[in-house]
Amino acid sequence: MLFFSYFKELVGKEVTVELKNDLAMRGILHSVDQYLNIKLENTRVVDQDKYPHMSSVRNCFIRGSVVRYVQLPPDGVDIDILHDATRREARGG
Amino acid sequence: MASEEESTVKEPLDLIRLSLDERIYVKLRSDRELRGKLHAYDQHLNMILGDVEEIITTVEIDDETYEEIVRTTRRTVPFLFVRGDGVILVSPPLRTA
Repeated sequence: MLFFSYFKELVGKEVTVELKNDLAMRGILHSVDQYLNIKLENTRVVDQDKYPHMSSVRNCFIRGSVVRYVQLPPDGVDIDILHDATRREARGG
Repeated sequence: MASEEESTVKEPLDLIRLSLDERIYVKLRSDRELRGKLHAYDQHLNMILGDVEEIITTVEIDDETYEEIVRTTRRTVPFLFVRGDGVILVSPPLRTA
């Protein structure tokens, strides 16, 4: 649940989601769920010339399993809080 | 004594815990590698890395000479979430020659 909580903190921030098919979309994080499915708003495709078929999409739902990376704002969450939460989660597992 | 739980290494994930806030090397599927500072991870090996360098390796074969041309593409990202299902291995950084 660690990353689910982390992403909930990031709702409203701009992120770039890179998918496993190499498509990258930048947008405002609208919502996330336990599977780390992502809803983005105000989306723009990062390489418009390479992937023109999504250029008119402004809001999308992305299945968590197709995500490769999410580029995050560095000032999103305090790093020490991340470290502590990770240690707690690792101990419980 | 201070909590023994935290310093005992019992399972592979405990080894990764030792690398928290340290730089690590991650090998991913699709011939990708990452080097960055480990800030968070979970049992799926979802991770958050800071100051990351991504290296993508591609091999092109020349049509005429059939020689293999190995190319690497690099880029840096300040703060990155990596989904665990793409991770192959995690290690302290390897020193390349």
